[in-house]
Amino acid sequence: MPRGLSRGFYEAITVVIAGIIAFPLYWMVLTALKPEDEVISADPRPWTAEPTLDSFVRALTVQSFGRYLANSLVVALAVVLLSLLISFLAATALTRFRFRSRTTLLVMLLVVQMVPVEALTIPLFFVMQSVRDVAPAFGLNHLGSLVLVHLAFSLPFAIWMLRGFVAAVPVELEEAATLDGASRFRFLWQVLFPLVAPGLVATSVLSFIHAWNDFLFAKTFIISAAENQTLPLALQVFIKPDQNDWGAIMAGSTLMTIPVLVFFVVVQRRLVAGLAGAVKS
Amino acid sequence: MTHGVTRRAGRGEGRTAYAYLAPALLVLVGLMGYPIYQLVLISLFDYGQEQVSGGAPLTFLGLDNYATLLADRQFWSVLGQTVAFAAFCVVGTLLVGTALAVLATKVRTWARMVLFLAALGAWSTPAVAGSTIWLFLFDANFGFVNEVLGTTGFSWMFGKWTAFGVVAAEVIWCSFPFVMVTLYAGIKAIPGEVLEAAALDGASTWRTTRSVVLPLLRPLLIVVTIQSIIWDFKVFTQIYVMTSGGGIAGRNLVLNVYAYQQAFAASEYGLGAAIGVVMTLLLLLVTLGYLRALRRSGEEL
Repeated sequence: MPRGLSRGFYEAITVVIAGIIAFPLYWMVLTALKPEDEVISADPRPWTAEPTLDSFVRALTVQSFGRYLANSLVVALAVVLLSLLISFLAATALTRFRFRSRTTLLVMLLVVQMVPVEALTIPLFFVMQSVRDVAPAFGLNHLGSLVLVHLAFSLPFAIWMLRGFVAAVPVELEEAATLDGASRFRFLWQVLFPLVAPGLVATSVLSFIHAWNDFLFAKTFIISAAENQTLPLALQVFIKPDQNDWGAIMAGSTLMTIPVLVFFVVVQRRLVAGLAGAVKS
Repeated sequence: MTHGVTRRAGRGEGRTAYAYLAPALLVLVGLMGYPIYQLVLISLFDYGQEQVSGGAPLTFLGLDNYATLLADRQFWSVLGQTVAFAAFCVVGTLLVGTALAVLATKVRTWARMVLFLAALGAWSTPAVAGSTIWLFLFDANFGFVNEVLGTTGFSWMFGKWTAFGVVAAEVIWCSFPFVMVTLYAGIKAIPGEVLEAAALDGASTWRTTRSVVLPLLRPLLIVVTIQSIIWDFKVFTQIYVMTSGGGIAGRNLVLNVYAYQQAFAASEYGLGAAIGVVMTLLLLLVTLGYLRALRRSGEEL
């Protein structure tokens, strides 16, 4: 087979496969845009002549998806911000200070990353039950409980990543800042933090996605407060044994997928480099 | 490691360090350390609805919950199912991911971009959204798959094995991109001269792939295999959403969903916790194997 032909052949296969891979997503958006009678047709067609936003309107109004979208955003953004602040402080302590048990703490950070967090649903449920008695906003049925657990799950990796970035900032910079009369606090937030923050984009995106996608903990903690449900939970509630509003369900799925898709496209290069780097080291 | 480390050591320094570490330690001890301890503790008690509400005293059972599990036929069948399901997903993910990574090296940039963009879409789809999309694609009456196959009315999620098959297809769909992207980066890192030498020696594409590329990719393959095992062994969302909580009469249960149902549906928290401990130990074994394999392949590099 001549080389040009064989490459053309491979490219044709590639395009067909890419089409198959993308098809479920195409079907999701298509179904969300179809008029209702076309969605529940026994003869579904892979196109529509009359696209409409009706399903999105239904998802946002009848199913109050807007509310759940806002809930999911609040949880994910709170996790990202808190995790940035807390892991920055911890990473600074672990790189810039020498103290006893520093090595022990580092080892613990590694070990804790290997715990399958799914196994912790039962004890965490009871922890959140106790938290509710002390601080209701952070206990069962409230968004705070989800922020807390996802913060805990994202911290070990975030601290681990940040350590490298903090260590890369020369100590001389700190000494210079001190000579200029900057307090340690000012140095920390006005010099060090801006320097390391960009390196955290990939980590932040990962913790955002984990919190955004989480179904298990939302399902476990938000038991009887429908107004505090997050997107994945709300979507699952839509699915009823017999009468499914597939148009609205697919509209909801679309709304849920778009932010993650955008994030992925933005950070994909860093993500791939990060994965390859993690694998190599 | 010592680069960038301030060498001033003193009591004051230590105190400041702990002040900086305090928020992180508080969160991690409270929401990771303590729950791990609690998980083990709960698994040693008869802990049901009555004990939770304080209506009945706590009874220490020792390892009785574990004995109950080991004598329970359903536990063994769920464990077997979990292993088989995970194995199927892992093999499928690796085959698809590796094949497409190799394919990506054979085409021009535009075709590769098309493939990667599609894969990125599958990768980034949240598990719940992906599950609902696939559920709708395979819907008995309105699903596109039945329309294409001419089997309208056939219920995929009713049969035990067809249901597992559809869930596995969804899991493979959203997890092969990680394998593909990682292995593609790995293949790209192989020096061109190595492949040219193989081509000059008259090796076919298949032969080069099998005898040159795959051995060089071994360390990466180990990493993606173990990663996939860990992910697929603890699948929860896809099974829960697509089979409505574990299938008819629980025949599509996997370990993670089983533990959840024992605890939160049957209020057998002690038993659920014991399943959680077993799952953690099994994954720990895999992780240990992972670390050993990493160290060994590191020596070869």
